[in-house]
Amino acid sequence: MMISARAYGDNGKMKEYHYTGPVEHKFSPYAFNGGTVLAVAGEDFALVASDTRLSEGYSIHSRDSPKCYKLTDTTVIGCSGFHGDCLTLTKIIEARLKMYKHSNNKSMTSGAIAAMLSTILYGKRFFPYYVYNIIGGLDEEGRGAVYSFDPVGSYQRDTYKAGGSASAMLQPLLDNQIGFKNMENVEQLPLTLEKAVQLVKDVFISAAERDVYTGDALKICIITKEGIREEIVPLRKD
Amino acid sequence: KTCIYTHKQKHFTHFCSRKNRVPTLFSSTFSSLSPHQQPFQLSHGTTTLGFIFQDGVIAAADTRASCKGLICCPTSQKIMPIHSHLVVNTSGSGADCMLWERILTREMRLYQLRHRKRLSINGAAKLLSMMLHPFKDQNTKNVLSFGGRSGPRVCYVCSDGLQLKGEIISVGSGSPYAYAVLDDGWRWGMTVDEAVALAREAVFRATHWDAYSGNNVDLFHITAHGWRRRDREDLKEEYYRERERKRKKIKEREKERQKREGDELGEGDIYSVHCG
Repeated sequence: MMISARAYGDNGKMKEYHYTGPVEHKFSPYAFNGGTVLAVAGEDFALVASDTRLSEGYSIHSRDSPKCYKLTDTTVIGCSGFHGDCLTLTKIIEARLKMYKHSNNKSMTSGAIAAMLSTILYGKRFFPYYVYNIIGGLDEEGRGAVYSFDPVGSYQRDTYKAGGSASAMLQPLLDNQIGFKNMENVEQLPLTLEKAVQLVKDVFISAAERDVYTGDALKICIITKEGIREEIVPLRKD
Repeated sequence: KTCIYTHKQKHFTHFCSRKNRVPTLFSSTFSSLSPHQQPFQLSHGTTTLGFIFQDGVIAAADTRASCKGLICCPTSQKIMPIHSHLVVNTSGSGADCMLWERILTREMRLYQLRHRKRLSINGAAKLLSMMLHPFKDQNTKNVLSFGGRSGPRVCYVCSDGLQLKGEIISVGSGSPYAYAVLDDGWRWGMTVDEAVALAREAVFRATHWDAYSGNNVDLFHITAHGWRRRDREDLKEEYYRERERKRKKIKEREKERQKREGDELGEGDIYSVHCG
């Protein structure tokens, strides 16, 4: 069953189920495939994590469909939303990266990829890509960088960001633990890699408990100056 | 370049459906999805304001970017400097704001290089409104604040082509509340400190009542020498100070009431029941 925009009323809540007579269903070019993506930037590292569940409505299409895509040796992108648009968008980004590499003889930096993605997304302003993107990587000075996007290309650089179906659950927890928001008299220590990885694992386990579209497994891409390392952690499968 | 591309795309799909006379799968109905058909909502909702006084222009805005109930970003920057004497506040979808700021900066710079003088605010407003005209349904609103040789000016440009010049302008979902405070406290002869305090108060009141505005306040002060930016302030401090003040007032009123009742008791056990 495809969830179209018609299932939602004007206040954003799902409409009550009762039979109102024959209803004409219009074809919707979008579908919501679920998934959550998270990125954290540290002093000299960046993490991009995503769950691996691909769902649609009440069904699960795949339990092994990670949403992090490696772009260069220092940049990873996480895309959640409509899977068809995620695939096309990553293909377009990879093609543009190759073009840049061939004409400029160097790889694109994270900041440049972010600016390019913003223009690619805005190019379809009137029929947008239904994708929530988060780019994580190292900038030219070797510091961690996270860029978060909206579906039409508005972006900015952050320290941490969660996107996708469980983003509203994860973001407040990150604000508290990484941003030290709403806490008084607390020592603000810089985030280490081990602590960040453990935090991401805990945070996704909590998300899988409460969000139906998040679960199955967690894939973390850890980006340091040595390269990109991957870690896979199992999550709830129900 | 992006601007021209999207313009062409719109025309192309219109032509396609007219030629075939059969609604194709991606006909013009999908090429411009209205906000009701899209399954997601773009960032919207804000309070921005600009006003002039004897010592220049003040431009202020909140920093909350919301997305249909979720706060996408509590620390966005809504006021962008275009050049040393011109600053623009935008409200509307975040991506549209970013794009128009970049386009306006580019066009102003090109004009400056070609004609060896800066474009006046009237010219900038006209240019922006002409550029926005093909995108009438985009619903972006801009407040241009200028403090140059010809004196402080503030101008409102809307994406349906409207241009207004005035002394006080406020835009966004929190603007009615901001207007109330500004109309009350504005005088031409204000000092800089009074103006800054007024702008902060206006944004604070708007963020208090409007759900889509909040977090911090950004302030720019533009004079004939250029723009100067005030540090971003968290309105949480302002809120707690306000609460302290209210608490003090209530305590004082309690004391007065008790004193009055003590006096009245002395006149024989008749005391009337008053509230407060």
